[in-house]
Amino acid sequence: MKTYIEFKQIGVIASKEFRDRIRNRWVLAVAVIFTVFALVIAYFGAAQQGAVGFRGMDVTIASLVSLVIYLVPLIALILGYDAIVGERERGSLELLLSLPITPFELLMGKFVGLAGALAVSTLAGFGLAGILLSYQLGATALYHYVGFMLSAILLGMAFLSIAVMVSVMANDRMRASGLAIGLWFFYVLVYDLLLLGILVLSQKRFSLSFFPVLLYLNPADIFRILNVFGFEEVRKLYGLATVLPATLASPWALGSAMVMWIVAPLGVAVWRFK
Amino acid sequence: MAYNVVEVRGAVKHFGETHAVDGVDLTVQAGELFGLIGHNGAGKTTLFKMMLGLLPATRGEIRVDGQPVRGEAFRQVRRSIGYLPESLALYDNLSGLEIMLFFARLKAADPRSCLPLLEKVGLADAARRRVRGYSKGMRQRLGFAQALLGSPRLLFLDEPTNGLDPQGIREFYQVLRELREQGVTAILSSHILAEIQLRVDRLALMRTGKIQALGTVHALREELNLPLDFQLTLRPGAEEPLRQALANQSAASVQFNGETVHVRCPRERKMAILDTLMALDGALLDLQIREPSLEDVFLGYSDATV
Repeated sequence: MKTYIEFKQIGVIASKEFRDRIRNRWVLAVAVIFTVFALVIAYFGAAQQGAVGFRGMDVTIASLVSLVIYLVPLIALILGYDAIVGERERGSLELLLSLPITPFELLMGKFVGLAGALAVSTLAGFGLAGILLSYQLGATALYHYVGFMLSAILLGMAFLSIAVMVSVMANDRMRASGLAIGLWFFYVLVYDLLLLGILVLSQKRFSLSFFPVLLYLNPADIFRILNVFGFEEVRKLYGLATVLPATLASPWALGSAMVMWIVAPLGVAVWRFK
Repeated sequence: MAYNVVEVRGAVKHFGETHAVDGVDLTVQAGELFGLIGHNGAGKTTLFKMMLGLLPATRGEIRVDGQPVRGEAFRQVRRSIGYLPESLALYDNLSGLEIMLFFARLKAADPRSCLPLLEKVGLADAARRRVRGYSKGMRQRLGFAQALLGSPRLLFLDEPTNGLDPQGIREFYQVLRELREQGVTAILSSHILAEIQLRVDRLALMRTGKIQALGTVHALREELNLPLDFQLTLRPGAEEPLRQALANQSAASVQFNGETVHVRCPRERKMAILDTLMALDGALLDLQIREPSLEDVFLGYSDATV
């Protein structure tokens, strides 16, 4: 039986979710965290080379990439794991679904609202840091910085999408939170080590042409490649990125893969939630 | 001809090996106040959820307002349905008015109706307070107000008086009476049988997922032929004359319970027993005749099944 999508219903849920995050100062807190970390890392990012102070945008972004890879997925997973399972556990889900709203609209409303909160806090946090850094950066550097911020938002949405999927599939909040933390641990800490381990152990039996595809299976790696490939100096620092052929390293291919990482988990969530 | 707002035909819901609803047939007519009673786990809440389209039936068909409980047509029907769930959970970080406005937007109801509805359920003074500070009774009133958004023509009220004090219960049924006069249909479940026996038009008694009995309270009493209960207070020393007088009334049973004596007899022996008691001439200090309550009916059907 055909059901039409009512975008107004998605908007009602999304605006409630967004306003809740504004009201409980979640957006403000995350923005402040991003600003402070971004400024500290921009200033001390080159300390290993024996110098402190604001350097060029390439070094700043290289330092911020590591921060974003650790912080943004964690924040997105914490933000989204509760979205559906929390409503279910509290008992408010059945009341919501008794109203003229479909599970799809409810899920999309949740995602859009939370993604909005995450995007605003990311833009505000890194944007403020960008404004503070802008006096010593040129137009090209700012262009790269904007690209970095947008890709950070995409990374956040990819992990938010994973979190919403977890929230639909988990039986209770405890399991959902455990699963979310486990996924963060896997994608941010374990995955690259695993790939390197496979590469070393396989000793050339493992095809190098297949290796870049495996990097696409981790949104954190896509984000890393997306940001480090713009800078020649930074590219040299990342051995993993250099194995990527030019076609797979194009911003469009990487951007599309990131969008797939947003769409695919959401698709699974919608399918399961129905 | 009465219009069936709810039609349930052979509805079955299985959760693995558990048959939560097992072949239920039920119709509720427009404007009716219909009660659903049964012990815990009888299947009332599951049936409620199936009628609301929240749980798909394993088998059978359910129609509300002529529409199957799924798809786009049922979405439109949902706009004219109010639902108060048994386990009501609201958003603690919002005020009562904000919650009403949120649900009003989802139901496409007039936002200007939120405050009057909160007044109707006695929450006008607390409208702008966060729900975190509400008592259980206040939350229940808010849940009821939420169910009334959009002027629903059909109400599903699962244990609606949970947590309400006697005054709140009276006010709830007062509102329900007013709605019924406007033609609103309501289906409600309650554990408090005494509360609904005088208020519902018809009721269904559920047991282990099946409808065990269906009809008016009067019809169910008749069907079980439950005895009338004469409650007597006797003068001291009047016990023996009472025993002798009732010895000829073979259908009556006598039970002494402290200062009170219970004489139970079939309904058709009522006048004969009354005559006998009146003939005792001054032995009685007080007499009350108690009709079988809904609780008696409920227990009667339970015993019958056992």
